[in-house]
Amino acid sequence: MNDQLPVKLAATPLALRPKLLEMRSIAKVFAEDVVALSDMNLTVNVGDFISLLGPSGCGKSTALRLIADLIHPTTGRINWSETEHNHTISVVFQEPTLMPWATVGQNVWLPFRLASRSYRSCRDEILEALRLVSLENFEESYPRELSGGMKMRTSIARALITRPSIMLMDEPFAALDEINRFKLNHDLLQLKEKIGCTVIFVTHSVFESVFLSDRIVVMAAQPGRVHRELTIEEPYPRSDSFRTSAEYSAYCRTASEALQEAMGETN
Amino acid sequence: MTFRSEDSGTGPVVVDQEERRRAAKARIDRIGSWLMPAVVMIAAVWFWDRIVVWNEIPHYILPGPGRVLSSFIEDWRILFPALVVTLQITFMALAVAVIGGVGLSVLFTQSRFVEMSLFPYAVILQVTPVVAIAPLIFIYVDSRIVGLLICAWVVAFFPVLSNTTLGLNSADHNLRDLFRIYGASRWQKLRFLQLPAALPYFLGGLRIAGGLALIGAIVAEFVAGTGGIGSGLAFTILEAGYRLNITRMFAALILIAVTGVVIFTVLSFISHMLLRNWHESAVKKEM
Repeated sequence: MNDQLPVKLAATPLALRPKLLEMRSIAKVFAEDVVALSDMNLTVNVGDFISLLGPSGCGKSTALRLIADLIHPTTGRINWSETEHNHTISVVFQEPTLMPWATVGQNVWLPFRLASRSYRSCRDEILEALRLVSLENFEESYPRELSGGMKMRTSIARALITRPSIMLMDEPFAALDEINRFKLNHDLLQLKEKIGCTVIFVTHSVFESVFLSDRIVVMAAQPGRVHRELTIEEPYPRSDSFRTSAEYSAYCRTASEALQEAMGETN
Repeated sequence: MTFRSEDSGTGPVVVDQEERRRAAKARIDRIGSWLMPAVVMIAAVWFWDRIVVWNEIPHYILPGPGRVLSSFIEDWRILFPALVVTLQITFMALAVAVIGGVGLSVLFTQSRFVEMSLFPYAVILQVTPVVAIAPLIFIYVDSRIVGLLICAWVVAFFPVLSNTTLGLNSADHNLRDLFRIYGASRWQKLRFLQLPAALPYFLGGLRIAGGLALIGAIVAEFVAGTGGIGSGLAFTILEAGYRLNITRMFAALILIAVTGVVIFTVLSFISHMLLRNWHESAVKKEM
């Protein structure tokens, strides 16, 4: 591996995918002149699994919040593709962010409840979403009765129930132990295969980003910006044996080097 | 299944010494939590009785427990209607405090400016002793009942207001974002997120307010000082004092204390029932 490695924006199979959204020279400056993001360009295609990888303060979460329309760019634009003007967004946070007073089923119901649909009318969809994360027997349980991994799976079920055009995940597994993290990594890929939605996944972990994504956007801090983009050519479905393969190690090394450079640039 | 200790190290269920001690300690704690106060109560009553008897204190100075008990029975015709009046005022004041406190705190969370403008005055109302305000209230308000109600409300509403306001603002930030992403209306956010999140805080405020409403009702009646039909336990104490009927004073006083404890217990129970499924404070600790 060397620095001359040609890392193009997207390899052929990726390039064939239709465009979902485009971030054009986005900058976000918070009050007191904190530049969270400067000149960020990113094209997201339908079906991409993109990881935003970088040190803290590189604007990964800011980028997610911009896409989710929770904050607005200081300069630049986010263009959604014409066919996606009715796009639906789901977010999974680092914490499961469940309502403790509501059962698992009611938590998953939330997006539909806010769309004024009754529990009964969407019960099938709730159960289907719970089945996808293997929690179909926990509809009536309260979040406090669940383990950390199960809470996170509930949170994922809630995000999936709307069949979102894009799922934004902000370090969702960072607080879990390694066994659970590996399992959820695996499950997440399976889910993505089944549903085929687009995912933007924020992470600190090189290993996680290589295992999960087909594109890794390495970001640098101060000011937050895109340092480099890598493509992981390994086809899906990826099994756990990918974790121990030589390709995996090579990708991890490339990604680590890119991350090191990104951090070296930060002064 | 038989339990044989001699030959096998693989007996059925082996409970070690430490666990047995822990279980025993838990049992002792459970019994002790009601037994100890009961013992103190019995000792205190006995001591009270002995002091009266040994020192030959006349009953118009300090009646013994036996006399107070018989006063409950003899004066029940007087005590019971007074208790009903006091309870009516207490619960009406509590109801108005809940409606006013929750209503105002919802208003506060809808508009920061309303909160900024009004909250300091709520504090002023709270920190001014009700005994100092009460005489003025009774000058301006004709109806005695309404005057009492206002006094009790002034004392009781603040804990509901401040706790509920805190609770409404304590909803998880990520959940708020999620509600925004799913396009929740103001009303949906209030109904499905903020009000449930505020419930434990509100119930904490309610428990305090219950006791304060009783105190407000009693204090206001002391200030109002007028008797006649429809007077409560406070006036019973005042009147018994004028007549040097110390026994009845004790009976009324004990009745007030018991009422306060009952109110607190009932509100705690309600709180437990509402929160038992999800809130840490009401969930039984699993080891």
